[in-house]
Amino acid sequence: MARDKFTTVHSSAVPVHIENVDTDQIIPARFLKATTRDGFGENLFRDWRYDNNDQPIADFILNNPKYKGTILVSGKNFGSGSSREHAAWAIYDYGFKVVVSSFFADIFKNNALNNGLLPVQVSEEFLAKMFSAIENDANTQFEVNLVAQTLTIVATGETFNFEINTYKKECMINGFDDIDYLLNLKGKIEAFEGARA
Amino acid sequence: MQNFQQLAGKTLFDKIWEAHVVEEITDGPSVLYIDQHLIHEVTSPQAFAGLEQRGLGVFRTQRTMATPDHNVPTINQHLPIQDKLSAFQVQKLTDNCEKFGVQLFGLNHPYQGIVHVVGPQLGITQPGMTIVCGDSHTSTHGAFGSIAFGIGTSEVEMVLATQCLMQMKPKRMRITVEGTLGKGVGAKDIILYIIAQITAAGGTGYFVEFAGSAFRNLTMEGRMTVCNMSIEMGARGGLIAPDQTTFDYIKGREYAPKGADWDQAVEKWSKLYSDADAVFEKELHFDAADIEPMITYGTNPGMGIKITQRVPKLDEIEASGRVTFEKSLDYMGLEPGEQLLGKSVDYVFIGSCTNGRIEDLRQVASFVKGKQKADNITAWIVPGSKQVEKQAQEEGLVEILEAAGFQLRQPGCSACLGMNEDKIPKGKYAVSTSNRNFEGRQGPGARTMLASPLTAAAVAVTGKIVDPREFN
Ligand code: SF4
Repeated sequence: MARDKFTTVHSSAVPVHIENVDTDQIIPARFLKATTRDGFGENLFRDWRYDNNDQPIADFILNNPKYKGTILVSGKNFGSGSSREHAAWAIYDYGFKVVVSSFFADIFKNNALNNGLLPVQVSEEFLAKMFSAIENDANTQFEVNLVAQTLTIVATGETFNFEINTYKKECMINGFDDIDYLLNLKGKIEAFEGARA
Repeated sequence: MQNFQQLAGKTLFDKIWEAHVVEEITDGPSVLYIDQHLIHEVTSPQAFAGLEQRGLGVFRTQRTMATPDHNVPTINQHLPIQDKLSAFQVQKLTDNCEKFGVQLFGLNHPYQGIVHVVGPQLGITQPGMTIVCGDSHTSTHGAFGSIAFGIGTSEVEMVLATQCLMQMKPKRMRITVEGTLGKGVGAKDIILYIIAQITAAGGTGYFVEFAGSAFRNLTMEGRMTVCNMSIEMGARGGLIAPDQTTFDYIKGREYAPKGADWDQAVEKWSKLYSDADAVFEKELHFDAADIEPMITYGTNPGMGIKITQRVPKLDEIEASGRVTFEKSLDYMGLEPGEQLLGKSVDYVFIGSCTNGRIEDLRQVASFVKGKQKADNITAWIVPGSKQVEKQAQEEGLVEILEAAGFQLRQPGCSACLGMNEDKIPKGKYAVSTSNRNFEGRQGPGARTMLASPLTAAAVAVTGKIVDPREFN
């Protein structure tokens, strides 16, 4: 199904300065009972965000009004663990358009791309720069340009050139998804089946 | 089926992959044909809804099989499910399978169980196949020499609609373990050892082939335990070349080829191995003699130690990882440098798609026979499927386990992920035969230590962390 087209994002960022953020943290299993794709943002990082009595935990970053924006920045090995696409839905539903980390788990990366959420992998050094820039000024602005494949710290002009597969990039820019592509391939798929029967 | 033989100088992975490529996109993913699609209730409803919105059906129903597992209660499965949301999700699976004509082993079907236990035991899982499921532990099926991996819900929808997936080809890694395992050391210890060596992200971007005598000598169930956890090192999946052990396991199972088809299949499967001159992007070697009973102390499966070792000290951890390490120990209520042996435990969970098979139950039963669980321990044993449960009854394992004070529950994922009522309470320590020790995985605040079924059985009996080699 067609999705929003993605070209650039200009925003401040929310830093989750933790490594190995796994999908059980992003969206705990007990919230996976829904049968639609909506509303998962409410429970994003649930057990870090709320205590046992559903009260917000003050020192978790998402509860700090100082930090806002559509870019999530996190430590290395983001999205490991379960294949639950709900993790990507929760991040997107919460309002993020981009996740930045120095390393992503494979399935998460696929799931994000399939849902219009752009995973941007940067170097350890650049990630450290981003964290300290945000620490100095919560309102630090970043620009993500998918066409140019750049992530820029606007104030200093420091830029990281990130990689993305050409096919996936085209899909994101045009709002296409893989199913559209595969459906157009039905004849070829049937021929493939016939050839190996 | 394609002839695998013509492809020379290839890895096992390449042979299977290339036989399934429908189309290659320049500088993009390959369109990969999927032989077998497995479905469960949690990651499929949105995919079926997507099909409906597009006005599509399931392209190849005969290549699709469904069973509810993640969300099912493990007590009174014959009664309506109490939890409304779970009931709705399981019902939704039933409705979708009916509407789309998909084979379902529902809650009271004699074949129901954890999807990765059900596929192999019915002979649905076969060498040379591509197998996917909306679940990361689909890697389990690689034990048969197939390319099996977990996918997200959008991808479930793609496979339902077209029997194909768009996939980037992963890099190839081979992990060779040669030698004989020591006493009290099993498949679970091998894989926990490897992950502790290469970290929870050490396999990211790779598909792993496990080779060497340590794996050759494992039973099929042991090989499944290993491949099951290949995802816990970040790998896309893991696989082991099929051999006589594989063929003997499959033969005669419900969906296995029969008669002349069987002979033909074995002939084809016998060609599934990495050629002597095949090149892997990465090769790792370990010595089986170095492996001891393992246990995890932290909140990812890479945070594991030999059970006799101490938790690492802060200065033994790479500087960049210290914040995460401290956070993790804080969650676990452990100190750096602490000895785990002798530490009191509250729960023992034996089950999951890693270690909920009949051999696991046999091993635990043979260990606890004539013994009693310790008073401070709540011990749950959850068979991976209805067939495992039935076998355990027929073999008298259930009586032994119950006599030892274990609670035997009905098949499902259960406390592996705590989606149903089977949750470990906040702050309690659980020695678990499952695969993930993430924060909150077994319930909010639950403190999970992953170990083998043998170690778990020894812990259940002593009430504390203990080296299983101390017995007999
Ligand atoms: S037993 Fe655990 S790991 Fe296996 S499929 Fe169920 S939830 Fe996933």
